[in-house]
Amino acid sequence: MRQGSKVLLVMLVALLALSLVVTGCGQKKEEPKAQTPAPAPAPAEKVIKIGFVGPLTGDVKTFGESTRNGFLLAIEQAGGKVGEYKIVHSIADDRNDVAEAVNVATKLVSQDKVQAIVGSVTSKATIPISEIAQANKVVQISSTATNPKVTFDAGKRKDFIFRACFIDPFQGYVGAKFAIEELKAKTAAVLYDQGNDYTKGLAEVFKTNFEKMGGKVVAYEAYQQQDVDFSAVLTNIAKMNIDVLYLPDYYQKVSLIGKQAREKGIKAPFLGGDGWDSSELDFKTMEGGYFTNHYSPDDPRPEVKAWVETYKAKYGSVPDALATLCYDATKLLLNAIEKAGTNDPTKIKEAMQATKDFKAVSGSLSFDEFGNPIKAAAILQIKDGKQVFITTVNP
Amino acid sequence: MIHFLEQVLNGLQLGFVYALIALGYTMVYGIIKLINFAHGDVFMVGAFLGYFGFTFWGLSLPSAVLLSMTLCAILGITIERIAYRPLRYAPRIAALISALGVSLFLEYFSSLKFVFGPNFRVVSRPITESRWDLFGLEITNIQVLIMVVVILLLVGLQFLVYRTKIGTAMRTVSFDHDAARLMGINVDNVISFTFGIGSALAAAGGVLFAIAYPQIHPFMGIMPGLKAFTAAVLGGIGIIPGAVLGSLIMGQVEILTAAFISSQLRDAIAFAILILVLLIRPSGILGKTGPEKV
Repeated sequence: MRQGSKVLLVMLVALLALSLVVTGCGQKKEEPKAQTPAPAPAPAEKVIKIGFVGPLTGDVKTFGESTRNGFLLAIEQAGGKVGEYKIVHSIADDRNDVAEAVNVATKLVSQDKVQAIVGSVTSKATIPISEIAQANKVVQISSTATNPKVTFDAGKRKDFIFRACFIDPFQGYVGAKFAIEELKAKTAAVLYDQGNDYTKGLAEVFKTNFEKMGGKVVAYEAYQQQDVDFSAVLTNIAKMNIDVLYLPDYYQKVSLIGKQAREKGIKAPFLGGDGWDSSELDFKTMEGGYFTNHYSPDDPRPEVKAWVETYKAKYGSVPDALATLCYDATKLLLNAIEKAGTNDPTKIKEAMQATKDFKAVSGSLSFDEFGNPIKAAAILQIKDGKQVFITTVNP
Repeated sequence: MIHFLEQVLNGLQLGFVYALIALGYTMVYGIIKLINFAHGDVFMVGAFLGYFGFTFWGLSLPSAVLLSMTLCAILGITIERIAYRPLRYAPRIAALISALGVSLFLEYFSSLKFVFGPNFRVVSRPITESRWDLFGLEITNIQVLIMVVVILLLVGLQFLVYRTKIGTAMRTVSFDHDAARLMGINVDNVISFTFGIGSALAAAGGVLFAIAYPQIHPFMGIMPGLKAFTAAVLGGIGIIPGAVLGSLIMGQVEILTAAFISSQLRDAIAFAILILVLLIRPSGILGKTGPEKV
């Protein structure tokens, strides 16, 4: 009996100690949260700290480099100042690796005490960063992460997180609209990879909208990523006399499908998404095909012209979509900071959400309730072995 | 009806290419009871060599095919010499693991920048494609080319195995290594020769594949290799006509399923048929039933 009560006492003490530790932890965690928004007490100069995260090494290194170029150019153009705040920026490399993304984001938030983050490039790295940014109330804008989960997860809008690119399904909608209105298509065939969310998403949205706008999808066929023989479905499609063939996959696969489609006598133009945007696309086969993209350097709008010239002068090459979107993302952030007139992330976030018809390079832009931009998409055509700008399609 | 025949033709094209790979699996299995998992990668190397031949080295198509076949035969013999011969009397699982190792080595070594490189390459065909209309039936010269080349190779193989001295030796070795050795047959040489022939056929298949589906990369051999292996098992592994029959069935099932049933179920139905056949005839369609020889 005595033994029993002794054990009980020990357990009780242990429980108390544990609860102390737990609450202690909770308090500790909240401390930086409370501190971060408070402006640094620098009497001489007002400072806004912006962090950049991108894959500067690793498998998508070129994406990261272009993106960083866009970021630096936007800050340089602003003269390193926004409103009466001086911009202090730090650059971090996530190597397109989830663990590394968490590390550098944590460092930016807790050590460098940034008020805003621009980045990252891929959805894979951006999603974990968005969790950290949201928890610490730091504004984040990603230039190219297209996964819906970046700004919205588990039924909750992460209200500090935004992005400058449209999400995947939007391209399916634009493709359908372009096919109906510009190509005057009445019938379409769709081929998609049933194991890939990107192509599946585009295909589904294309089909729904194409039929809603009065067209008819006569063939809706799936394949596997490893498939190389599409003769069966293409022979069927060749008999159907379609007006457009929608191929929402990456450049390698569409090149292969396109070749076989022509062999089977399909003469309809091809249509696709931004997965086509590569110098390794089989331009000869895809000649005459159209695809939706974020932006085209040949777009005649003055914003685009000015941007292409500035970029060329600084880096000596035509800016790709990645550099452009990050330039837009950074400009959007600076615009929101200026509107808010403060470096308080909560105020900046509100100003960002309220952005209306911002004249970005990739199109006039407003945010929807999920932090996704509502803006036009560019339609490009493969012509004489080059990408040629055709038109923009508004949402 | 014409439409159906056109699909059958598509299936034949696919089936014939599978057959060239399946033959290598089945011959090697027949002779040393090893599933040579590196075979699909030899097929890949063959495709690349053929592509280099007619794109960069200025060879005509037939000489590119022959060169690719020769080099792959040497590759096959080397693989056997290095990775399988030392393990011939080890437990069978050891050779199987070694085969997997060779397969991964070939894939990743080829992916290196100074070998073939990791990128997809678009193959520009050495022949201009044209289509003929036979009473409403559309047929391309690529399809004709594949069928003619494969049938020629099959006839050649049949002659080799049943009408020549080395063929007789191969068949003897496949029955019993020790007895063959007692008959004065150099078993090691015969096995090397079998690997060489199997790899050369795979190389020819690779070049034809690269022409028919003009895109190549270091991992292109995995899926066709797997399908061809399945076809060899379906026809009865170790039996040469079985490999061809199994491949033709695989090709037809895949194409006809995608064309007339559902493109989503293509592989599901193909493999369901495999399971059904094996349930009814565990040793394959042409496989010998009855007790295993001792």
